[in-house]
Amino acid sequence: MDEVKVIEIKKSVFESNEKDADNLRKELKDKGIFLLNLMSSPGSGKTTTLIRTINLLKDKLRIAVMEADIDSDVDAIKIKDATGIQSIQLHTGGMCHLDAEMTRQGLDALELEGVDLAILENVGNLICPAEFDTGNSKNAMILSVPEGEDKPLKYPLMFSICDVVLINKMDVMPYFDFNLEKCTEYVHMRNPKAKVIPICAKTGEGVDKFAQWLLDEIENWK
Amino acid sequence: MHELGIVFYIIRDVKEVARENNVDKVKTVVMDIGEVSTIIPDYLTDCWRWAADKEDLLRGCELKINTTPAMTYCEDCGNEYSTAQHGKKCPHCGSDRTYLLRGNEVEIKEIIV
Ligand SMILES: Nc1nc2c(ncn2[C@@H]2O[C@H](COP(=O)(O)OP(=O)(O)OP(=O)(O)O)[C@@H](O)[C@H]2O)c(=O)[nH]1
Ligand SMILES: [Mg+2]
Ligand SMILES: [Zn+2]
Repeated sequence: MDEVKVIEIKKSVFESNEKDADNLRKELKDKGIFLLNLMSSPGSGKTTTLIRTINLLKDKLRIAVMEADIDSDVDAIKIKDATGIQSIQLHTGGMCHLDAEMTRQGLDALELEGVDLAILENVGNLICPAEFDTGNSKNAMILSVPEGEDKPLKYPLMFSICDVVLINKMDVMPYFDFNLEKCTEYVHMRNPKAKVIPICAKTGEGVDKFAQWLLDEIENWK
Repeated sequence: MHELGIVFYIIRDVKEVARENNVDKVKTVVMDIGEVSTIIPDYLTDCWRWAADKEDLLRGCELKINTTPAMTYCEDCGNEYSTAQHGKKCPHCGSDRTYLLRGNEVEIKEIIV
């Protein structure tokens, strides 16, 4: 009775998610669906930027959106009202990020026939989403001017995994000491390959450059 | 909140190992957690208690956490140093061309049954 046995595991807790994510990525590739994972702190302008971007691209691409939130539907409704495209809300049930399994459930709830581009607005947070691969084709993030230029130094992982960094709310530059050059330098310290695009989601300025980046990436990925 | 997500992953992996080994009660789960991982051990054990007690396999099971030291390597002078003490800047030569060698892992080391 009461014999004790030790079973060695030695396995990273992220490993199962990484496997799920790689499988999902492969399946989406076979279906020809490009998945963009968009991350930022709460309120940096993810939803506003998406609305602008979708309105620029919706004649060229069939797009579907998943809005992840801890518990509300406002973003999904905003997207649908402002763009007319299909958008659903994913509730994370208190979790601070989405993983590959939750992303798959979201995709299953969408009508994917003919869709070229699926966009995931991740939970507003600069730490946790960076650790969980969602199975996306590319990662994008938004840093807004009021947050400060030092964020790449404070949240290195997030910046190191992003393919594109949008610097949003350029219209409020006069009110903040935000040095765009320095910020770009910090981003490149973390990730020399990241593309940095200054935008103003409020007026739409610069959003066309992001839309073009997306079109190019989708073309290269095909 | 982050910690709760991690707990669900641990439970999922431990359940699988238990099934493979025909185990019906786990006494202890031992974790190796890096000094500079984003996990706060106290939160992790709190979340663990709450979630583990909902599972027959893990009721009363203890979560033991070993903290593993974080080390950074300097590309300019080739030295290794403690990340927690010195951060990104090399204490030997002042360079910031450095990268983390280890110390951000969140690993299930073993289970005791
Ligand atoms: N001045 C200014 N305000 C902006 C800009 N972009 C977004 N905002 C405002 O910032 C606030 C948050 O924008 P959202 O698009 O909801 O941000 P979000 O990242 O989706 O927020 P969460 O989903 O809650 O994390 C809103 O009041 C927007 O009107 C901008 O370029 N300039
Ligand atoms: Mg939003
Ligand atoms: Zn050095």
